[in-house]
Amino acid sequence: MIKFENVGLRYGLGTEVLSDLTFQIAPNSFQFLTGPSGAGKTSLLRLMLLSLRPTRGIVRVFNREASSILPRQMPLVRRKIGVVFQDFRLLDHLTTYENVALPLIVRGRAESNFRKDVTDLLDWVGLGDRMHVLPPVLSGGEKQRAAIARALIDKPDVLLADEPTGNVDPPLARRLLRLFIELHRSGTSVVIATHDLGLMDQFNARRLVLNQGRLQIYD
Amino acid sequence: MTKTKPNRTPAAAGGKRKPQLARPKPLRSGRNIVPQESIAGSALVLVIAIMTFLACLALGAVTMINDTASKWQSDISREVTIQIRPFDDVEMEQAIRQASRIALSFDGVSKVTALDDAATARLLEPWLGSGLDIKELPVPRLLTIEIAEGARPDFASMHTRLENEVPGASLDDHRAWVDRLTTMALTMVAVGTSIFVLVMTATVMTVIFATRGAMSGNREIVEVLHFVGADSRFISREFQRHFLRLGLKGGLSGAFAAIVLFVGLGIWSSNSLATPQGDQVAALFGTFSLGWFGFSGILMVMILVAFLTAATCRLTVRHQVNGLQNYRLVR
Repeated sequence: MIKFENVGLRYGLGTEVLSDLTFQIAPNSFQFLTGPSGAGKTSLLRLMLLSLRPTRGIVRVFNREASSILPRQMPLVRRKIGVVFQDFRLLDHLTTYENVALPLIVRGRAESNFRKDVTDLLDWVGLGDRMHVLPPVLSGGEKQRAAIARALIDKPDVLLADEPTGNVDPPLARRLLRLFIELHRSGTSVVIATHDLGLMDQFNARRLVLNQGRLQIYD
Repeated sequence: MTKTKPNRTPAAAGGKRKPQLARPKPLRSGRNIVPQESIAGSALVLVIAIMTFLACLALGAVTMINDTASKWQSDISREVTIQIRPFDDVEMEQAIRQASRIALSFDGVSKVTALDDAATARLLEPWLGSGLDIKELPVPRLLTIEIAEGARPDFASMHTRLENEVPGASLDDHRAWVDRLTTMALTMVAVGTSIFVLVMTATVMTVIFATRGAMSGNREIVEVLHFVGADSRFISREFQRHFLRLGLKGGLSGAFAAIVLFVGLGIWSSNSLATPQGDQVAALFGTFSLGWFGFSGILMVMILVAFLTAATCRLTVRHQVNGLQNYRLVR
């Protein structure tokens, strides 16, 4: 599904922040991406999201070399990848409901077709009573859940989540983890970048550990 | 036989009123994906309104200069003069009649007026004083010829015939004056057009930079839309619609203010036609009436500004989205 071959990344003329990364995200797999702060987790997620181009090596997504994807084909690739940003990136002038429904709105779906899916998902992540609220009014944890719901709403093939439980309390973190596991069981590959060891201990999954720009994999 | 009118009220019909269900609260707030109200948007509308106003003023001024210059030119070229110098053996009155006959025989000549002795004396009064007996002096006599509007009589033939048939007669078609006026009018129109072009260029540049400035605040929205799978067509359509509305709002305000100014000046100038100031202004600038050309020009400026705002927005969004979706670009 996503395959890296000898991938390296450097910013400008600096040293390589990621070196010789060779791994793949298999279909219907679940993995934690971990490592100390500044190890390059977010950069690796951005490489997987194709929002960053490696300085060397080959990245393949959905059996296509990333460099062969034409700009006009990129939105179709993006629609298969759900992403939860560390800083949420919710649109402040739209309600929680509209933010979560945004991926479906941009696909041209009629609201009558997605209204129930969105409200059900919002109920599931515990935001059923906050759907008319604008993001500036939401707490950090609520924003986090809204961002996760937005990434999940169209059932992506791959979900990339950057510290998705960073702003929530342990009970909610466990609940969100269960949501990711359920998503994984329904066929989605999940990559969760986190340095929360407690969270990782709750589910036996593959671990990609980044340290000083190099990757170690524990299956 | 009388027809009973069906009674439609449920109470009168004995029917029960259907219980009205509470309408569910709409889930979408109706807000656009691109926020409608923002400080940058209001500033952009103001900038567009001011620049449209200035561009419309420049256009109106050029139109008025052009119209006034054409009018001067037309007025002076519609009147030519025959001068008859006195000769000892020439009977002046007969020469005047002969010259009038020749002038009137040409197509396009609508009227010939000979200045009588009193009028000629009045013309010379500033130099020779009053109480002048014009008959005692060898003063040339003048005939003014009025040309019908749009007509171009054959002045060369008229000139030849007058010289051959009326001794001492010469024709002055004011060509030198017309040429100088034409040159002056063309210069004024050229200067006015240059100023209009400069103002329009400044308007275009200001609108482009102000739109790009207003767009920069929306960069995050473009990125979010892109990462949730929107294609560049969707994103640019959302932004373009919003910015076209801003452009139309600003353009309409500026154009409306310019029209109000021109109409106001027009009313003022027509009300003060009889006063010395009004006559002076009217002589220099005309009647401040723009005519259909001026008003349609203002409309065109407004449409151009709105279109330009939307096009700049579209290009800026396309540029941003291309940067995001072109994997080949190093970021």
